[in-house]
Amino acid sequence: MTYSDPAIWLPFVFAALMGAAILIYVVLDGFDLGVGVLFPFADKDEQDRMVASIGPFWDANETWLVLAIGILLVAFPTAHGAILTALYLPVAVMLIGLILRGVAFEFRAKAPPARKDMWNLSFWAGSLMTSLSQGYMLGLYIMGLESTPATQAFATLTAVFLTVAYSFIGATWLILKTEGALQKKAVDWAKGGIWGVVLGLGAVSLATPFVSQRIWDKWFSFPEIVMLAPLPLGSALLIAGLWVALRRLPTADDSFAGLPFLGAVALFALAFGGLAYSFYPYVVPEQITIYEAASAPESLMIIFVGTLVVLPMILGYTVLAYTVFRGKATALSYE
Amino acid sequence: MDTLILSRIQFGANISFHILFPTITIALGWVLLGFKLAYNRTGAEKWMDAYRFWVKIFALSFGMGVVSGITMSFQFGTNWPGFMEAVGNIAGPLLAYEVLTAFFLEAVFLGIMLFGASRVPGWLHTLATFLVAFGTTMSAFWILVLNSWMHTPAGFEIRDGVAYATDWFAVIFNPSMPYRLAHMLLASGLTVAFLIAGVSALRWLWGERSAQVRATLRTGLVMGAALIPIQIFAGDMHGLNTLEHQPAKVAAMEGNWETRGNVPLLLFALPDEEARENRFEVGIPNGASLILKHHADGVVPGLNDFVAEDGTVEHPPVVPLFFSFRIMVATGFAMLLLSWAGVYFMARKRRGIEGLPKPLLYALVPMALSGWLATLAGWYTTEIGRQPWLVNGVLTTEAAVADVPAPMVLGTLIAYLVVYAALLFAYLGVIFYLSRKAAKGEAPEERIALAPLAQAQVAAE
Repeated sequence: MTYSDPAIWLPFVFAALMGAAILIYVVLDGFDLGVGVLFPFADKDEQDRMVASIGPFWDANETWLVLAIGILLVAFPTAHGAILTALYLPVAVMLIGLILRGVAFEFRAKAPPARKDMWNLSFWAGSLMTSLSQGYMLGLYIMGLESTPATQAFATLTAVFLTVAYSFIGATWLILKTEGALQKKAVDWAKGGIWGVVLGLGAVSLATPFVSQRIWDKWFSFPEIVMLAPLPLGSALLIAGLWVALRRLPTADDSFAGLPFLGAVALFALAFGGLAYSFYPYVVPEQITIYEAASAPESLMIIFVGTLVVLPMILGYTVLAYTVFRGKATALSYE
Repeated sequence: MDTLILSRIQFGANISFHILFPTITIALGWVLLGFKLAYNRTGAEKWMDAYRFWVKIFALSFGMGVVSGITMSFQFGTNWPGFMEAVGNIAGPLLAYEVLTAFFLEAVFLGIMLFGASRVPGWLHTLATFLVAFGTTMSAFWILVLNSWMHTPAGFEIRDGVAYATDWFAVIFNPSMPYRLAHMLLASGLTVAFLIAGVSALRWLWGERSAQVRATLRTGLVMGAALIPIQIFAGDMHGLNTLEHQPAKVAAMEGNWETRGNVPLLLFALPDEEARENRFEVGIPNGASLILKHHADGVVPGLNDFVAEDGTVEHPPVVPLFFSFRIMVATGFAMLLLSWAGVYFMARKRRGIEGLPKPLLYALVPMALSGWLATLAGWYTTEIGRQPWLVNGVLTTEAAVADVPAPMVLGTLIAYLVVYAALLFAYLGVIFYLSRKAAKGEAPEERIALAPLAQAQVAAE
């Protein structure tokens, strides 16, 4: 077993790619799902501006989910089947949620005005269904994909916390992309949401080591415990910093409006890093490792070469899109 | 009903709903690019008006396609885990290339195409339109490569029940791929041609007489008239290719039970799968032999060749293939008739749109959805015709299905059906509403020369 052997490094590279795709997805679709969850707290005019702040991005954001599930599908086919059949119902709820919110972007702008309320409801309900089911799946995954009353209770808890976390990052996005009364509201939403993030991070961090002795040992032995200390300490510092920043926002000249969003991204990244560290090398918790589940090296190599060429291009034009639509969100127009 | 049939219905419902929208967006992207380029070249406002109207329908269709497509990528895992376990080494890279080279391209540039007109220079907006059209076509390419490979697998070997690619060129350019791809791209072109013609005819009948509606009605009719003969030719080639690689499918499409020469082309029949014969046959003598073998006594394979010694039926179900094939062909001939009649009346005495008789305009309105009907009927023919195989000769559908309890599949199936029915209703309602608004002259909100303004704004920044 050497690292020059493609059967070893390719699965690792693809696990890393999948991890990156999930993290990018959780951040990007996290903020636009969160904006959807916050919908009922805004008035009609604010709702239009909220949709305008995510309208040009949401489709590309969701594509990262397709990439993540695609990598799971193509690089780890046996794990793909095992995970998705175990999560059959929450996946179905998520898909219907994604459908309801995705089509609402177009319909609420194009349908007769009398129907707009219905599509706003569809947008909110779809966003909520998607967030809750993703959180539920996260909880079940942490619990080793076993369905017992206890694991379901934990999954329900993570469902709520992830939804609050998405609302939080959604609120920080709105602080960046809006101004005036809506921006003030977004600051309040973020202040409320941050406590959900703290509780969620705490619950997951406490539960994970107790599910498996292996994960416990990975965290609480020497010298790992010292090497890993930056993860929880960094998270704590970020949360404290975010709280201080939120109390001072919005500033008179709108400086630092992007700070909470960046902080939220960093916080999501740290939390995700911790989870990834806990579960590696397993892709199905405690059952199938990435090396056991991996496709044939020659198939992975074909994808790897394509990825090396195409991924930088994708990142390049994604940056282009965010640059084109930088600044405060204005009314969406085809003109 | 058991999990297998419920899962099949669920995937069938899902993919049927999904394909409606890519069938529109693949070709509509190129048509929009055509409108944009025509505007750039001539400066005629009617092309920009046409762009503004049809880009709305494009955006709506695109959104519907995206969300129903995501659903399918998950159903591979939730309902058909055996598929990726057996042939993941082949299907995986093909799907990965679709995500990498198509999905991101279309998704990212769609944002710029829809909302970026006033934020980017005119050339970049045109480029974004091109890249979205290109992305949808790339997506069609990769998914048809995979689908064709499931019909005519090539370039692989089986070790311990798992497929491994041995020759990627052979995998991608598998025997049915060029025919299927051409057939589907042309189907998309025809769907859009008749959608545009039908919606424009409706607006015309509602009294709209704008330069825009004249331009789009003409575009739709000419496009349809030009594509339909090519499609009939491509479809015939595709049929001959199927005869070579999947003879049982062709036997079922023709309703031919015994292998023999001088097989008639059945216009109508009621195939009886119990008695293994047809009732109420109406046919053109030697027709099927002529089409498939190009001479009257050509031998056409019969369904009875595909029954095992013990009586196990090894051919696809006959009734759905027989009828869906006929629906597709009949729709194709209706397209031929109407589009050629339309072009004839427009050319006669050079009267243009005014030369179109009212009955023809009325007939064009329901034809707006003829592309959907033909596309679905065609896909049912080829996909049901693949049964009982998921990957022809390699993996049966039954072997790939997930062991999910039947009531759970039934529950999600009903949920999907309700959502799809509601969305389809809403989708058609919005097209109707937008057309009505356009016919009443409310549509082009602002008449701003697009490209020069955008350039001026960029220069000012």
